[in-house]
Amino acid sequence: MDSALLIHRLHFAFTATFHYLFPQLTMGLALLIVALKTLALRTHNEIYNQAARFWAKIFGINFILGVVTGIPMEFQFGTNWSHFARVTGGVIGQPLVMEGVFSFFLESAFLGLFLFGEKRLSPKAHWWAAFLVFFGSWLSGYFIIVTDAWMQHPVAFQRAADGSFQVISFWGLLLNPWAILQYAHNMSGAVITGAFVMAGVGAYYLLEGKFTEHARVFVRVGVISGFIFSALQIFPTGDLHGKYMARHQPVTTAAMEGLFKTETGAPMVILGQPDEEHQRIDNPLVVNKVLSFLIYGTTTAEVKGLNEYPKDQWPTSIPLLYYSYHIMAGLGTIFIAVMAAAAFLLWRRKLYESRWLLWIIMLCLPLPYIANTAGWMTAEIGRQPWLVYGLMRTTEGYSKYVHAGNGLFTLLGFMGLYSVLAILFLVLIHREIAHGPGAITDHAYAGNPITVA
Amino acid sequence: MLFVWFWLVAIMITGYVVLDGFDLGAGVLHLFIAKTDQERRTVIRTIGPVWDGNEVWLLAGGGTLYFAFPLLYASGFSGFYLPLMIVLWLLILRGIGIELRMHLEGTVWRGFFDGCFALSSILLAVFYGAALGNVVRGVPLNQERYFFLPLWTNWRTGPDPGILDWYTVIAGVVALLALTIHGAHYVAVKTSGDLNSRARRVASLLWPALVLVTIVSLWATLSIRPDALINYRRFPVLYVIPIAVALSLIAMYLHRRRNQDKGAFLASCAYLIFMLVGAAASVYPNLLVSTTDPALNITVYNAAAGSYSLSYGLIWWSFGMALAIGYFVFIYRMFRGKVTA
Repeated sequence: MDSALLIHRLHFAFTATFHYLFPQLTMGLALLIVALKTLALRTHNEIYNQAARFWAKIFGINFILGVVTGIPMEFQFGTNWSHFARVTGGVIGQPLVMEGVFSFFLESAFLGLFLFGEKRLSPKAHWWAAFLVFFGSWLSGYFIIVTDAWMQHPVAFQRAADGSFQVISFWGLLLNPWAILQYAHNMSGAVITGAFVMAGVGAYYLLEGKFTEHARVFVRVGVISGFIFSALQIFPTGDLHGKYMARHQPVTTAAMEGLFKTETGAPMVILGQPDEEHQRIDNPLVVNKVLSFLIYGTTTAEVKGLNEYPKDQWPTSIPLLYYSYHIMAGLGTIFIAVMAAAAFLLWRRKLYESRWLLWIIMLCLPLPYIANTAGWMTAEIGRQPWLVYGLMRTTEGYSKYVHAGNGLFTLLGFMGLYSVLAILFLVLIHREIAHGPGAITDHAYAGNPITVA
Repeated sequence: MLFVWFWLVAIMITGYVVLDGFDLGAGVLHLFIAKTDQERRTVIRTIGPVWDGNEVWLLAGGGTLYFAFPLLYASGFSGFYLPLMIVLWLLILRGIGIELRMHLEGTVWRGFFDGCFALSSILLAVFYGAALGNVVRGVPLNQERYFFLPLWTNWRTGPDPGILDWYTVIAGVVALLALTIHGAHYVAVKTSGDLNSRARRVASLLWPALVLVTIVSLWATLSIRPDALINYRRFPVLYVIPIAVALSLIAMYLHRRRNQDKGAFLASCAYLIFMLVGAAASVYPNLLVSTTDPALNITVYNAAAGSYSLSYGLIWWSFGMALAIGYFVFIYRMFRGKVTA
C-alpha cells in the first residue's frame, strides 16, 4: 500500500475513533438525563435532580472533549481527503453544513444554559434546556450518519460532466434507507454506553457503600434503559441493518461472517480465525444454517461466499473486519444477558443486594465503548475498498499533494495531544466520581451566578 | 446565485471573526490584564457562556464554504494542510484551557490552563491573519488546481511562497492587534474595576499601532497585488468600504477617549467587518488566485456545487441561520451585563 494512503487512512481512523469515545456517551447520557429530569418534575423528588446534576457534570466534561476532538473531523475531509471532498462535495457538503447550522448552534446555545443556568431558570425551563441539548446532539448524529450512509449506499445523486457527484433530491439524500437503519442501530448503541456507564458507576457506589441513595437511582435507570436498548440493538435495529447490508453489500457480509465459499443453509461462525491464504476458518465453532436464517428467514437459503466476487472488490482487511464484527456481536449478546439478569433481579427487588451482579455490571462499564468502536470499524472497514460504495475507490480519494512525511507529522501530533487529553479526561472523571453526587461544587459559573446588571 | 453564496460565505467568516475575535482577544490579554485567580476567573466568565457558540461560526462557515464551493474547500484545506492542523491543535488547547480550568483547583493546574488559553489565543490570531494574507497573495495552483504550501520558504512573496512570508506576517500582526483591541473593548464592556481600567488602557495604547499596521497592510497589499483594485475601479461606490474602515478607527478612538466601552466595542466590530468586506469585494469572483497562471484561479464559477443543491440550499440554510441568530440573541440577552465577582 502506498504509504501516504496508509497514513491518511490512519489519520482519519485514529482521530475519528478517539473522537467517538465522547459523543457516544453524551448522546446516550443526554437521553438519560432528560429521563431523570422528567422523573424529577413528575415525582417532585429532589434525588432525581441531584442525580441529573451529577450526570450533567460528567456530561459537560465529555461534551467539551467531544467538541474539541470533533472539529478536526470536519476539517479532515478537505485536509487529508481532498479529492474525495472535491468530487463528492456536491452531495455530502449538504449534511455536513446542516449539522453545523441546525445542531451545533442549538447545542452550544443551550448547553451553557443547561449546565450553569439551573439557578436562574424554572424547573420546567431547565427541563427544556436539557431536552434541547439532547435534541441537538441526536440531530447532529443524524447528519453524520446521513453522510456515512451515502458513502455506504449512495442515493439521490447524478454524476456531472467533470465526474463530480451532485445531489438531485434533498429528501432522497436525507431519507436514505441505509441512514435510517444505521441511525437506529447507532443511537441505540450510544444509549447502551450511557446506560452501562450510569449503572456501572451506581454499582461501584453500592459496592463501596457510598452515596447509596443516588446509586440506586443510577442502577435502576441504567439497568432499565440498558435492558431496553440492548434488546433494541439486536432486534429490530441490528437485524434489519444486517439484512439490508446483506442485500446491498453482499461481499462485505460474506467477509464479516467469514464465509469464503457459497453455501446453502450457511452456518454462522461463532468463533474461529479467518485464514485468507487457504480461504477457510481455523478452529471453527459454528451453528449450522443460522446465517441463512438470519439473512433470508429460511434455513435452506443460499448465501454467497467471497468466492463469488472478484478479489479487487473484497474488503481490504478481511481478518480485521471479521474480528470487529464478531467482537461487536459477541459483546451485544453479553449486554443483553447481563441486563436481562439485572432487570429480573431489579423486578424481584434483589438487585441492590446481589453483589456478584453489581460486580459484573461495574466491570462491564468499558465494554460498550469497545462494542461501539468495533461496530464502526465493521461499517467502515466493510465499506473498503470503496469510499463511495461501488463508485469511488479509497485509493482515489486522499490528498496526494500532502505527502506521507507531512501526514505522519500531524498524525504523531494528534497522538501526542490526544494522549494528554486522555490523561486529563481520566483525572477529571476520577475526581467527579470520587466527589460523588450531591456534593457542593465550586464551579466558576455555578458558584457565582452571573448577575444581570 | 453564485454571487449570493459568495457573500453568504463571506458573512459567515466575518461573523466568526467578529464573535470569536473577542474570545481570542480576551485570551491574548488574559495573562497581562488579569493578575489574581479571581480576575482570571472573571475574564474567562466574560466569554464562558458564549465562546463555544462563537466557535460554531467557524464550523458552520467552513461547512457553508464546503457546501457551496467544494473545489475551494478541497484545494484550500489540503494546500494549507500544515497551518490548518496547527490551528486545530490550538483550538483544542484553547477549548480545554477555558473549560477545564474550573474543574481543577491548585495553582499549577490553573497556571497550566491559563497558559493554554493565552498562548493558543495569541497564535490563533496570528495564524488567522496569515491565512487571510495567503488568500489575498495567492498560491501556486497546479493544473489540477491543487497546491501544497510549506510553512515558510524564503520569506518572499514570489512564485514559491510559504505560508509565512513578509506579507502574511504583516497580516498576522494586523490580526493580532485588531483582535487584541477587540477583546480589550469586550472585556471592558463586561467587567468593572481594575480589569475594566486595564482593558481600557491596553486598547488606548494599542490604537496608534493598529492605525499604523492597517495603513502598512494596505500599502503592502497594493504593492504585491496591483490588480487588487480592479473591482474598486469598476464600481467606485466600493470606495466607501475603506472610508468606513477609517471612520471605524476614528470612532474607536473617540469612544475610547470618552470611556464609552460599548461604543468602542461596536467600533471595533465595524472595523473588523469593513476590513473583511473590503478584502472580499476585492477578490470577487476569485476565491483563490494562482500565483503561477491566472487561468488556474479558483473562482465562484469553477468551484460551485450543482445548481439544484445551491438553490434548494438557500431555503433551508436561511431558515437554519435565522434560528441560530435567534439562539444567539437569546443567549446574549440571558448573559448580558457586567460579570461580577
